[in-house]
Amino acid sequence: MRSKLLIAAMLASATMGVGAVETIKVGVVAPLTGPQAHLGKDIENGARLAVDAINATNPSLGGKPVQFSLQAEDDQADPKTATVVAQKLVDEGAKGVVGHLNSGASIPASRIYSDNGIPQVSPASTAVAYTHQGFKTTFRLMANDSQQGKALGQYAVKLGKRVAVVDDRTAYGQGLIDEVVKAVKAAGGEVVGREYTTDKSTDFTAIMTSIKAKKPDVVVFGGMDPQAAPMVRQMRTLGMKTHFMGGDGMQSAEFLKLAGNSAEGAIGSSPGLPLEKMPGGADFTKRFGEKFGKVQIYAPFSHDAAVVLIQAMLRAGSAEPAQYLPELGKTQVDGVIGPIAFDDKGDLKDGPVTLYQVKDGKWQAVETIGGPPAK
Amino acid sequence: MDVLLQQVLNGLILGSLYAMVALGYTMVYGILELINFAHGEIVMLGAMVAVTVLAVLAALGVPVPLALLSALAAAVAVCVSTGVLVERVAYRPLRNAPRLAPLITAIGVSIVLQNLAMIVWGRQYLSFPPVLDIQIYEVAGATVTNVQILIVAVAAVTMGGLLVLVRRTRLGRAMRATAQNREVAGLMGVDVNRVIAATFAVGSALAAVAGLLIAAYYGIAHYNMGFILGLKAFSAAVLGGIGNIPGALLGGLLLGVIESLGAGYIGDLTGGFLGSHYQDIFAFFILILVLVFRPSGLLGERVPDRA
Repeated sequence: MRSKLLIAAMLASATMGVGAVETIKVGVVAPLTGPQAHLGKDIENGARLAVDAINATNPSLGGKPVQFSLQAEDDQADPKTATVVAQKLVDEGAKGVVGHLNSGASIPASRIYSDNGIPQVSPASTAVAYTHQGFKTTFRLMANDSQQGKALGQYAVKLGKRVAVVDDRTAYGQGLIDEVVKAVKAAGGEVVGREYTTDKSTDFTAIMTSIKAKKPDVVVFGGMDPQAAPMVRQMRTLGMKTHFMGGDGMQSAEFLKLAGNSAEGAIGSSPGLPLEKMPGGADFTKRFGEKFGKVQIYAPFSHDAAVVLIQAMLRAGSAEPAQYLPELGKTQVDGVIGPIAFDDKGDLKDGPVTLYQVKDGKWQAVETIGGPPAK
Repeated sequence: MDVLLQQVLNGLILGSLYAMVALGYTMVYGILELINFAHGEIVMLGAMVAVTVLAVLAALGVPVPLALLSALAAAVAVCVSTGVLVERVAYRPLRNAPRLAPLITAIGVSIVLQNLAMIVWGRQYLSFPPVLDIQIYEVAGATVTNVQILIVAVAAVTMGGLLVLVRRTRLGRAMRATAQNREVAGLMGVDVNRVIAATFAVGSALAAVAGLLIAAYYGIAHYNMGFILGLKAFSAAVLGGIGNIPGALLGGLLLGVIESLGAGYIGDLTGGFLGSHYQDIFAFFILILVLVFRPSGLLGERVPDRA
């Protein structure tokens, strides 16, 4: 009898201990396996850094102390898997989601979050369609592809009038290249060839041979670094000296490593400011470096996505999505990436796009287009 | 520039790589009637080991030819021991089981190897160290590089060596005997287990060579590179007639050229309706045609020297 009482007392104190600090679950979704796993891990680590830092400040919601826990899910960069893990996060009670990486994953998943009223802040999806579906729960922290494609297209025409384009047939690659094509035509250039590949290919000699025959001045690729690197290598071995450009999917440290000498001179755009020019860039690089190593691309964005979500909860004094969603829309934060505010669609207001070129084996910023006026 | 010639050249190089991998499928099928789906992963292991060893040796300043040979030796050692181990652990206990069981096991082994590689090397791409000084040559309006010439030469030499092994040596005769009839070969004094292990060893050694060449050609290696490669090489083996060694060679080269021409011309042929990412349609359409009219593949008769 006595031992039973003791156990009951222990149980009671244990549950009280748990009840004292409530844990609020925030999801982070990105491809954690497969060819883009390094980029997905970048997103997970960025968000983790933010959550750990906030937890260390002993946050409270409506006067009660809380801790935030991050639940990482792997969408394998696959639209079908994205909906499965989105449903899983909803079912397991996530109050907000940082993700996904790929537009092709973010878009189908956004419907599930929207149906369940869960706010989603994507650190990386740039397809225009993502925030233009009429959902109140979709936000992003990157300039979209319309802004990015325009910047790439205009810059391409400055380098030469004859432009060839390649896309990897994902929502991201295709959307970006559609915008590039529009911008090239608008700027008086000519699209001399359009070729396609997939996000799993490694051999591009055939399409590059066709493109070479059309004698372009610039080749613009819409896709990710695992394809961009072998593509530029194969261009060079085919004896093509054409300029090579691409979007944020290839503007990474990984691209430099994989493409080696062939990377020299390649031009990549990236929404947002260069890491070293971000207001919180130096500090972030240091803090991130201590825990996880080198920033690929997206870590500052996923960090700020988690911050924006959690701060909206703290301002609303509630982690209930219906309560804090209006606060999220009203966000005015100076994040690592710069000033963050959303327009009525959930897009980042005045999202800047920066163009980089590989010089001496490093990405160096050449030009920033758009962005909030300098302070 | 001659586009057609360049596309055919591109295809032949891709095809030589497919052919080397296809040989591994075809040898095992010839002798065991087992489709060794893990073979693509053995190629991946070869590429990963070669790149890792090469990166270490290059950083230490070892001369390039010596570093390349050591990388190749390490890749062959790892691939051969993995191949033989897989046969011993996963396939031999199931040798007399219904045919579906080893097939499923093979898929399982493939997943295990892929995940092991992910644990060992992580999820990033490995890059092939820039030890090869790439030279570009102009030949009749097309370009070839020294690496591409190396690929074709190495592929030709290893495949020639394989044919000599199978047709002229004692082990080759034992392989052919085992392929014809395992029980009878055993009764005639052939150590069937040893011959089957040797077949896996030879196939895995070829896979190691292919892995090194692929990593050198594309400049990258990754833990899931073996999957699609294995699928294509398997298709090449079927196209040529699975179980037949010259068939794997022919199938590989054909598949490479068809893919290359498909990717190069499909957009123009269909007026932009189908883009170059539909290149596989060509390859698999021809595979289906061949299988409809010649179900055993192009050279796939039950010829006595299949191994």
